[in-house]
Amino acid sequence: MAIDWLFVSEVTISGLLVGLMYSLVALGFVLIYKASGVFNFAQGPMTLFAAFALVSLLALVPLGLSLIGVLVIMVVLAYTIERVILRPLVARPPLVLFMATIGLGFFLEGLAQAIWGTQPRGLDIGITDTPFTLAGVLISRMDLFGAGISGVLLFGLVWFFQRTRTGRALRAVSDDHEAALSVGIPLRRAWTITWAIAGIVALAAGILWGARLGVSFSLTLIALKALPVLIIGGFDSVPGAIIGGLIVGTSENLAEVFLGPSVGGGIKDFFPYLLALVFLWARPYGLFGREIIERV
Amino acid sequence: MLECKNVHVSFGILKALNGVSLHIEKGEILAIIGPNGAGKTTMINVISGVYHPTPGRIFFEGKERTFMPPHPVAALGIARTFQNVALFKGMRVLDNIMIGRHLHMRSGFFSQGIYWGFGQKEEIRHREAVERVIDWLEIEHIRKVPAGMLPYGLQKRVELGRALAAEPKLLLLDEPMAGMNLEEKEDIARFIIDANEELGTTIALIEHDMGVVMDISDRVVVLDYGEKIAEGTPEEIKNNEKVIKAYLGTAGRR
Amino acid sequence: MFYRECGNYKATYKEDMAIFPIPLDKWGFFIILIFAFLVVPFMANDYWISSIIIPFLIFSLSALGLNFLTGYAGQLSLGHAAFMAVGAYGSVILYGRYEVPFLLSLMGGGLVAAAVGTLFGIPSLKIKGFYLAVSTLAAQFIIHWAITHSKWVSGGGVYATVDTPPLYIFGWLVDTVVKKYYVSLFIVVAMVLFGKNLVRSRTGRAWMSIRDMDVASEIIGVSQFRYKLLAFAVSSFYAGIAGGLLAFVYYMAANIEEFHLHLSFKLLGMIIVGGMGSVLGSFLGAAFIVLLPLFISRMVSSWGGLFPADLLANLELMIFGGLIIFFLIVEPFGLARLWITVKDKLRLWPFPY
Repeated sequence: MAIDWLFVSEVTISGLLVGLMYSLVALGFVLIYKASGVFNFAQGPMTLFAAFALVSLLALVPLGLSLIGVLVIMVVLAYTIERVILRPLVARPPLVLFMATIGLGFFLEGLAQAIWGTQPRGLDIGITDTPFTLAGVLISRMDLFGAGISGVLLFGLVWFFQRTRTGRALRAVSDDHEAALSVGIPLRRAWTITWAIAGIVALAAGILWGARLGVSFSLTLIALKALPVLIIGGFDSVPGAIIGGLIVGTSENLAEVFLGPSVGGGIKDFFPYLLALVFLWARPYGLFGREIIERV
Repeated sequence: MLECKNVHVSFGILKALNGVSLHIEKGEILAIIGPNGAGKTTMINVISGVYHPTPGRIFFEGKERTFMPPHPVAALGIARTFQNVALFKGMRVLDNIMIGRHLHMRSGFFSQGIYWGFGQKEEIRHREAVERVIDWLEIEHIRKVPAGMLPYGLQKRVELGRALAAEPKLLLLDEPMAGMNLEEKEDIARFIIDANEELGTTIALIEHDMGVVMDISDRVVVLDYGEKIAEGTPEEIKNNEKVIKAYLGTAGRR
Repeated sequence: MFYRECGNYKATYKEDMAIFPIPLDKWGFFIILIFAFLVVPFMANDYWISSIIIPFLIFSLSALGLNFLTGYAGQLSLGHAAFMAVGAYGSVILYGRYEVPFLLSLMGGGLVAAAVGTLFGIPSLKIKGFYLAVSTLAAQFIIHWAITHSKWVSGGGVYATVDTPPLYIFGWLVDTVVKKYYVSLFIVVAMVLFGKNLVRSRTGRAWMSIRDMDVASEIIGVSQFRYKLLAFAVSSFYAGIAGGLLAFVYYMAANIEEFHLHLSFKLLGMIIVGGMGSVLGSFLGAAFIVLLPLFISRMVSSWGGLFPADLLANLELMIFGGLIIFFLIVEPFGLARLWITVKDKLRLWPFPY
């Protein structure tokens, strides 16, 4: 059976590009995990919220102003979250915080539904989805744009955390709250900043995925797709999110195309999770995650 | 009763134990002492089965059990307490000590669920055993209190209770008196001696308080930087040059 | 004055360890049981029984199952609804296609669910916390896919729904609401009693020790392997039975769409609000979730249609989410602990000190 290499490369490239977009979504989780030590279940609803807000604002003001508007909204949201949820729960075990984010997720979802209803909205950011060819390989313009923006954001954030003072402070906070406090890093502000950045990431992810799929509740499912990315890459690693995303995007595409037809399709929905399960066995903390060591 | 031969344990490049051999006689109280970081807790963890020696061998009651994981080790009759109190904070004192009886309980899944009959009889039988331990340790007044709410001294006592409830052959105590005042120490020391004399339990304990060590132990093993530097009766150890040097450094004598 | 613990001395350990050591509690429980068995079917109207009470009972059972796993054994699970689905399909297929008697079918569905649950619980031997949660989430997606893509399961229709044939138990046709109620009630009560006994015995203690400090638990002699997998098995069994019951007396079909991810989260929310590590908590949480929409719609309608109908569903979600956060901050042990606190205050009533 001859393998259509052109086809394979198209599928692979498309997978890589989508993968980068998954990485962006995963990044939101990584940021919060690094800062607050908790998996932010509400990241998906936050993404949805940001996307809806943008759609509404776009109807009133041009793109630039809308973006700034949503940014402001997300910062306010981050601040509120820090005050209402994080501060009272600061001394509790991570499981409690996680469950609080579940509650937050429900709340935001309900709020989004209440404000914007359940109809999907289209999001037009001016990119036409006409594919173009590169060396005979078909590439989706939308995919490329999405991957490009994700890439820029991802590397920008990596730079931010490694090179800037604020970034380093945030990393200190994620390592050890008390030690960070003792060196004079204002914990609450650090958290607010991190959640705000996560909010911005959510916005970016919301825009890219919203433009791709339309703004509706399926966006929250995309967030859940980020979980296998996190398992594979590690919950607290930004490079891990990048690599993990690429792996998930590519493998899910390839699996769907090559294995899909023989099992009735729909493999895309769960293949990343299957992969994640394998990783959970072999490398529980992901490729780049840090192992939790307990002393008896 | 217990014999460790040439035990080496490394964590990455850090060598915690470097060829330590020690043995514990049946019925004795052995103290393991040494400066902080000497590897005492690591040694206890090896005996408990949490770490496995690489290389090294461990024998319990004559049979080799070098690579046994922790819970079969417990089934052999080895119980322990922990340096940082490892009580189950969400459970009451009574439940914490009852779980010490875990390996002795015989009720199966369905007997427990149906409860009427065998399940209930088992619960009552073991409750009686646990109440004996509670009486003995004089903690009746707190038996329904969630363990997480107790003051430190009482927590340590409950932990001792949990270990004793297992009716172990060998009891390992990791700094059972850390952070206690004189009175509390005397109480615990009394309990340790009583457990040894009345119940016949062999005891190995890690302890920093030299007075206690001298008073209650039959033999002492001294570790420093992962090696055994001395072994003998408390008298012999007290005057051993190497031991003094390890604790105080070379300048001056006590 | 009435509600006393002092003066209430136990002469034997047996009395002390009873499920209801305080006489008033015990009598209260019996009264509730009598009420449930004898009074409710005659007093309540069909709507209440079929749409409120039956789902309440069944979801309590499922929540209890989740409580075993997450509240007692400390293993976070986000795929509970999927195991319910397995039980639903399992029992309906056994009964409808292979004509296995009802009770055996139900148990069969439960056992299949238990097996599947144990399989997805295997990672718990190596990983904890969120990582484990992801494994259970994988269960949700994989099981969903498996059921919708398996012709053998779904019978090859466009949708993966399998209708339940009429229910006969020992030749007795269960068609009225009241009969369905009794079936559910018997099964739920039996299983809850079993569960409560399990939890106050060796198994419950072993689970809690794993939750609180698993390393120490193993050193004491609790086999992590056995008890973690047991938690998954028992929890999924209860989920499977609950799913089966839903298929037979509530939805009248096994429909994968009813056992979606959202339900898994709702169940988790139920035990958070109701109280983790508490049998009573499972019921309180389920009651809360079942009654909340009613309560909101009453409130909204009494404000005379100021809000559109859409708002109901959204408000429910928002209040649910808000309450989860509220309980976590204020009373992490949920309504069950709140109840105990109220009882404590009653002990001393009317003397505050």
